[in-house]
Amino acid sequence: MFHALVSIKQVPDTTNIRIDPETNNLIRQGVPTILNPYDAHAVAAAVEWKRKLGGKVTIITMGPPAAVTSLRECIEMGADRAILISARQFAGADTWATSYVLAEVVKAVHEKDPIDLVFFGKQAIDGDTAQVGPGVAVRMDLPVVSYAVKIREVNLEERYVIIERKTESRNEVIKTSLPTALTCEKDIAEIPYASLPDLVYSLRYEPEVWTAESPITFEPALLGLKGSPTTVFKTGTPEKHAAGEVIKTAELGVDGVVKAALDKILGVEGMASMLGVQK
Amino acid sequence: MTRRFWVYIEQEDGKAHPVAWELLGVARRLADEVNDNAVVEGILVGHNMEELAKEAIQYGAQTVYVVDDPAFKSYLNKPYTTALTALVKKYDPEVFLVGATTLGRDLAGAVATSIGTGLTADTTHLAMGEVKGTAQKLLLATRPAFGGNVIATIVCRDYRPQMATVRPRVFTSAPRQADAKGEIVREVIPITPDMINAEILEFITNDASSVKLEYADIIVSGGRGLGGAKGFELIKQLADELGGVVGSSRACVDAGWIKYDHQVGQTGKTVRPKLYIAAGISGAIQHKVGMQESDFILAINRDPHAPIFDVATMGIVGDLYEVIPALIKEIRARKEAQHG
Repeated sequence: MFHALVSIKQVPDTTNIRIDPETNNLIRQGVPTILNPYDAHAVAAAVEWKRKLGGKVTIITMGPPAAVTSLRECIEMGADRAILISARQFAGADTWATSYVLAEVVKAVHEKDPIDLVFFGKQAIDGDTAQVGPGVAVRMDLPVVSYAVKIREVNLEERYVIIERKTESRNEVIKTSLPTALTCEKDIAEIPYASLPDLVYSLRYEPEVWTAESPITFEPALLGLKGSPTTVFKTGTPEKHAAGEVIKTAELGVDGVVKAALDKILGVEGMASMLGVQK
Repeated sequence: MTRRFWVYIEQEDGKAHPVAWELLGVARRLADEVNDNAVVEGILVGHNMEELAKEAIQYGAQTVYVVDDPAFKSYLNKPYTTALTALVKKYDPEVFLVGATTLGRDLAGAVATSIGTGLTADTTHLAMGEVKGTAQKLLLATRPAFGGNVIATIVCRDYRPQMATVRPRVFTSAPRQADAKGEIVREVIPITPDMINAEILEFITNDASSVKLEYADIIVSGGRGLGGAKGFELIKQLADELGGVVGSSRACVDAGWIKYDHQVGQTGKTVRPKLYIAAGISGAIQHKVGMQESDFILAINRDPHAPIFDVATMGIVGDLYEVIPALIKEIRARKEAQHG
């Protein structure tokens, strides 16, 4: 039996975030929260391999009670069990403190129900750190394959997995022994359409809630803000750049704007020779 | 006490990633911001690293610590993490910078966890500064968050080294000085069986991964305004005409019109070409943070209120399907006039 665990995060949809121009504050009101897109693909891959091999998929997330929505979405995609890790002691955790909690939970799940693959999205779109997956793997002393684009083979008898991953300049095909952790690009699997039974089941599904005290305990000094080596010193909004000249085809005509734009570009020193075009 | 500012020299097949030289430049500046006991040192892990170690010295490393063994020939998380963790424990550096490349982020996350120190990901600005309650200046590591809508400065008060991954192309490369002097120190990391928990079976080079956006001088990017995947044919034509490469906004990648390798922005690549043409890109902040440092930005968009015009050196309000073909025609005409 194959057992995959996927660690997910519910995030604000950063494409919908706006800044209040008066106060320079983040307008969080009305910003929808979504299942982190990379995590959704990781769940899809875990479910795909569960269907090939037979077995189950467990989802974990650390977050506020509202994260239940994303856990239900994973159940809808075909996951079998979901755990919400939620307590105020966990709040304000940086990636180091987050990976501590997640690793403890993964270990506890693994003890009762051995895990073959631990999936993560390659990064969360709110923090974009890509650090939690490798962090959990190190804490559990698991091999980690990051930026995975394809799982080629999972061999439960001989206990290995073959994963293709992406680096800056090429793809690498890596073989590791099970259990292995991996962080996933979107290419890892297509998001499946939910089956009707999964959909209906997910609507009523209530995830298990794990707190700081139960069913496992944590070292209090390592949790949340207190357990985080990094702290936010200050925040601000990005510098505004000075806008340049704007011309319109409605006023100058298509040929007019094209000539004006090329003249301006080629007027920059070195541009004409770089582009091989005469001024 | 010597305060060590470390830079990880990322390499693949004996070739350094250019971000390493950018980091040596930054590390020099940071070291100069503290005091004269501060030194800039490079960390190199691989096999047959002699030449690269010399190169690192030319780019400003005063000392290069080299782990050179066939076991480290290609990057794998566990052996590299083990090596770097051992070196950090031995030398106790104050600051450790790693390129925010795919390998660098994988490695830095693992090393910081295994040492038990703070790591700030994907930074775009670095300085040494006073922080209330600490005796020495701390690394102020600044990075975009929430899709680039917020800029946050992160500090690590109590643990060392203060680690950060740094986006390629955010800083300019340190100058190369052929006569620079420095020391190469060989470090031996015992290879234990538990270090080898993964094996590379094969390397696959493909066209998509050869897109070198970060270091391109000319980029022509398309956005949602293209209306479909076919629009990138026109973008490619203009890019070819100018000798440039094709970029994209996140919307087009999400829509499946083009591969992720072409994506410019917070979740894609940071670029700073001499010429950036943005066609049909509205200019969401997540895109702007990845390209606003370009020397010349030409934006083409139908919407006169598109935020891309706020960062454009020159903006054209118009239909890209009229403007770009005319632009290609005009460029060809000027080239022909030139060659008579």
